[in-house]
Amino acid sequence: MEHYIMNLTLKVWKQKNPASNGKFETYQVKNISSEMSLLEMFDVLNEQLISEGNDPIAFDHDCREGICGACSMYVNGRPHGPWHGTTTCQLHMRAFKDGDTIVVEPWRANAFPVIKDLVVDRTAFDRIIQAGGYISVNTGNAVDGNTIPIEKEKADKAFAAAACIGCGACVAACKNSSALLFVAAKVSHLALLPQGDPERRTRVLSMVAQMDKEGFGSCTFTQACEAVCPKEISVTNISRLNAEYIAGGLGSDKDYGHQ
Amino acid sequence: MLDSKIPAGPLEKKWTDYKGHCKLVNPANKRKLEIIVVGTGLAGASAAAALAEQGYKVKAFCFQDSPRRAHSIAAQGGINAAKNYQNDGDSVFRLFYDTIKGGDYRAREGNVHRLAEVSANIIDQCVAQGVPFAREYGGLLNNRSFGGTQVKRTFYAAGQTGQQLLIGAYQALERQVALGNVTMYSRHEMLDVVIVDGKARGIIARDLISGKLERYFGHAVLLCSGGYGNVFYLSTNAMGSNVTAAWKAHKRGAYFANPCFTQIHPTCIPVTGDHQSKLTLMSESLRNDGRIWVPKKKDETRRPNEIPEEERDYYLERRYPAFGNLVPRDVASRAAKERCDAGDGVGTTKQAVYLDFRHNLINKYGRTEASKQGIVEPDETTLVALGKEVVKEEYGNLFDMYEKITGENPYEIPMRIYPAVHYTMGGLWVDYELMTNIPGLYSLGEANFSDHGANRLGASALMQGLADGYFVLPYTIGNYLSDEIATKPIPTTHEAFTTTENAVNERINKLMGIRGKQSVESFHKRLGKIMWERCGMARNAQGLEQAIREIRDLKDEFWRDVRIPGSIDELNAELDKAGRVADFIELGELMCIDALHRKESCGGHFREEHQTPEGEALRRDDEFMYVAAWALKGEHDWELNKEELKYELVKPSQRSYK
Repeated sequence: MEHYIMNLTLKVWKQKNPASNGKFETYQVKNISSEMSLLEMFDVLNEQLISEGNDPIAFDHDCREGICGACSMYVNGRPHGPWHGTTTCQLHMRAFKDGDTIVVEPWRANAFPVIKDLVVDRTAFDRIIQAGGYISVNTGNAVDGNTIPIEKEKADKAFAAAACIGCGACVAACKNSSALLFVAAKVSHLALLPQGDPERRTRVLSMVAQMDKEGFGSCTFTQACEAVCPKEISVTNISRLNAEYIAGGLGSDKDYGHQ
Repeated sequence: MLDSKIPAGPLEKKWTDYKGHCKLVNPANKRKLEIIVVGTGLAGASAAAALAEQGYKVKAFCFQDSPRRAHSIAAQGGINAAKNYQNDGDSVFRLFYDTIKGGDYRAREGNVHRLAEVSANIIDQCVAQGVPFAREYGGLLNNRSFGGTQVKRTFYAAGQTGQQLLIGAYQALERQVALGNVTMYSRHEMLDVVIVDGKARGIIARDLISGKLERYFGHAVLLCSGGYGNVFYLSTNAMGSNVTAAWKAHKRGAYFANPCFTQIHPTCIPVTGDHQSKLTLMSESLRNDGRIWVPKKKDETRRPNEIPEEERDYYLERRYPAFGNLVPRDVASRAAKERCDAGDGVGTTKQAVYLDFRHNLINKYGRTEASKQGIVEPDETTLVALGKEVVKEEYGNLFDMYEKITGENPYEIPMRIYPAVHYTMGGLWVDYELMTNIPGLYSLGEANFSDHGANRLGASALMQGLADGYFVLPYTIGNYLSDEIATKPIPTTHEAFTTTENAVNERINKLMGIRGKQSVESFHKRLGKIMWERCGMARNAQGLEQAIREIRDLKDEFWRDVRIPGSIDELNAELDKAGRVADFIELGELMCIDALHRKESCGGHFREEHQTPEGEALRRDDEFMYVAAWALKGEHDWELNKEELKYELVKPSQRSYK
């Protein structure tokens, strides 16, 4: 692999706090190696800003290996940038060329308010999980793992749905700011497994009701979410959620408050 | 000598006897008792969930924006359990024995046996939670092998086992949040322990968004804050992983045990340049199917696939025929360093070796698939294509990650790998009940020192974190809290809270007031360089003495010249990092002091002065068969306390993987 060095222009969203108005700031960065990740390029820029006596740019990041789901940059009009199936932290600078301008914004959704610069509040996702994204089993009750055989195909599908990292790119990509792919991934993960069966009807209704309460929009199935999902969670999970939701609604006499 | 409170009786009965006799807290009293849990990785999330299920009132803290992002999530290869599902000779004893031997006879027998005993419960619990482990076509759970063992006891979910286990624990935790039994404080960092009348009674935490200091009371405090590998700057840890919670406890009197025991993982993506912010692990499970080699010829210029079989040195298979590519991590790392130091390394920096899947792609997976599909006499291209599909299912995410980082396709070209800092066996000293020497202050998971001795075996970190949280602490904490049922919650206006908060506040203001010239990052990088060069894969007295001097100078310079932009009362990542780096600098000094004092080689601690003629680690059991638990006495001043290690069942010998 040939490596190269580039100079770039960055337009980055700066916003002091939730209450203030943000705006784009323009920065120049020099001598960026194609071997760096995008976040390492931001490290270089931040070091430069600090040495000039300016405030660095705030952004969420942690594992830097595409699994924790913390990083969340909207790069050149796309959550996590141009590479398919990739988080921001795994996006490497060889995706760009010398002289490029890169525009970076935070996730934009009413349910994800900006905290500072590129950092947003995604606790709405935790509250959706609290609404039912689990199997109610206390510690110490379990039977031997191999007493519950699970078809490999189902286990694989459950795993593929469980691979969601909760980053929120699906919401950021959606014109309605719907969180349905996130919710569908969790509903599918648990509905596909026999252990999740006892609660599957109430789970889907409660989680969708909480999603609505948090202010996420409705799904109109544009599939933009799947296109940007770094873990390539399939929209077939949304179809499964819809089926679960209908079955859940038919089988329940409770009012879950979903409009 | 320190008392580890290991119960009397035969090893295999200790835990059962303990559980049968420890004191209990009745359900009504549990509701009156409050427990603080710092950190929400596997240990913290599982403990918080399990304790809340029992009725305790739990407050859980994490510095990330959600408990689901704790660094346990990045664990790849798997979790061990003595299930013997493969009928290949596994047992509780064998898992216990492998772990003790793998740890080079520097772990406690009592703890390790308990760990092996509860390992099977962990798998059952996780399956019940819906963790989607890999399965066979018959629907039963699948296993793979890891280093330092000769059985297949590792349960896994592709290369994302940590993620799946953490999500299981996170979901259990969120369920308790929904039920009102856990109050969750995310984006909060613990900055001190509050001690009242000699007992841990609370913490001072900083809200990382507003910058405000907050006081929290608990009848007990659990530190589940992970390891300190980021003292090396470059490691496989997440950027935020830090020692601060554990270090604050140390500064309040908790002993720090075996700080020099660091795990350097053999298979990581090599460093490419100064810009590098972290290193990425390629799971040990890849050594199931990948063969490690270097070219035999010096200054080899051919591409790896052009080098014929007889001109390759499969040095692990050559040196350790019994375990081959699956020797423990410390052994594999040193062997890679030895080859690179000898000038046989590959790639532009010559600091890398090949991890090659072609052989098994073709012979192991390709041929099986061809046979299944009835393809007679398949050619090599067909075998490679068939093998790829299977490998993709086993490790697809790891191969993708490698390609994203390096731009090379590991299905076609061997991976280039080199050792990197990965895990820290040392940590807060705890007794059998996981309590530090401060009453009411516990430590779980990687943050404590207890189970891995001088080297941790692969797939055992997840096992230990969940064992501590789900199955050990919920029993042992009752033994302490049963005497606390009459203790009323202490108001956070108590003098101890005020003075502790003032001390935290003073330090933050001091940091902000320095207004020097050099960034926090630049100090962290310099510390990391000292640690890697002098306290890394190989250590010697002269280097360690020099490192101690350099770190002391670095500390002075840091407190004189660090530049922290922004202000206290806002989200300020540089301020957060400055506090953590300041703690890492102090820890670095202690690690070097510990490494200097331990004049032997064991596990990940390799003193060049103490090796066998073949270059293997040479232990000195007569002098160093103990846990070194350090007490802080003043600046640059520590006192050594020893806990003698007694082996009742296993007879320590020189580890052999030949």
